[in-house]
Amino acid sequence: MTEYLSLSLILFTIGAVGVLVRRNAIVVFMCIELMLNATNLALVSFSRQIGNLDGQVAAFFVMVVAAAEVVVGLAIIVSIYRARRSISVDDANLLKS
Amino acid sequence: MTTFWLLAPLMVVSALGLLFVRKAVHAALCLAVVMISLAVLYAALDAPFLFAVQIIVYTGAIMMLFLFVLMLVGVDTVDALKETIGGQRWIAVIIGALFGITVVLAIAQTVSGAVVGLDTANANGNPYGLAELLFGKYVLAFEFTSALLITAALGAMVLAHQERLTPRRTQGDLAAQRMRDYAELGRHPGNPPTPGVFARHNAVDTPALLPDGTAVDASISPSIVARGQVRDGYDDDIEIVQRQLEGRDTGDDTIGGEK
Repeated sequence: MTEYLSLSLILFTIGAVGVLVRRNAIVVFMCIELMLNATNLALVSFSRQIGNLDGQVAAFFVMVVAAAEVVVGLAIIVSIYRARRSISVDDANLLKS
Repeated sequence: MTTFWLLAPLMVVSALGLLFVRKAVHAALCLAVVMISLAVLYAALDAPFLFAVQIIVYTGAIMMLFLFVLMLVGVDTVDALKETIGGQRWIAVIIGALFGITVVLAIAQTVSGAVVGLDTANANGNPYGLAELLFGKYVLAFEFTSALLITAALGAMVLAHQERLTPRRTQGDLAAQRMRDYAELGRHPGNPPTPGVFARHNAVDTPALLPDGTAVDASISPSIVARGQVRDGYDDDIEIVQRQLEGRDTGDDTIGGEK
């Protein structure tokens, strides 16, 4: 079971680093999805280790929330793109000062 | 375990691809590989329901949404290489590596014990067990997710909505505009002739002819004009076609020809 958890943590770390280094807002979003998927893997493997299905239900809820989050997030990206013609996260500084 | 050791390196490499590829579409493909491999791992972990949901929801819906938005905002946008905060990239990589090593070591040292397995929990089938939990213990959370999904759909509609800046031109407006053009400019209010009217061919590349024999340029699609493939409507190339059909094509003269 340790291998599954290690893989999940490695994927989570890669996703976190991706959020920090990438500039394209959509790729940053994909990295967040990668992190959510990694936590799902951890939940499912813990569920198997402990022997009840609560972990799988939690993973299912994570998927639902991720779907809602992607819908809203991509709508925000599209509206930012319409206003500024750019999806680089460095250009979005409207809240500054 | 074979499945795991086959898929784990593939997943790590594709996840790393997410960090290194230049184009966002390639990043989306890398993520799709990770997600499908995850689905297979779910199947290996006795979670067949999540296997199906992962493929349907993640690779089917969410990745399609990502690609759709990528196409909407332009696939050729590449990352700017200029760093806003100096050395951010290296700091992020170092912190990420430290974090990863720490948690992997912690997991390796602490998580142990026998794997119970899901054979008893899945006795009636995995979807049955999940449904029992979902509609029993977690039914309130389940209801809340429906509220969440409705809110998200409404939010996306509000965010993606665009106000009309100019009033919409109705069919009545267009008809009035046509009649005004006819009165002021003398432009014919009816439909323009389609290609080939009164000409030798009725193909799209042959302009219509007016009763006095002049060609109507407006009857040809502008893209055909731009490619220089317009025939002149008087081409006497029926004989050439007949010769070609009989296999006596000399090959020196082509149909139409560019003017």
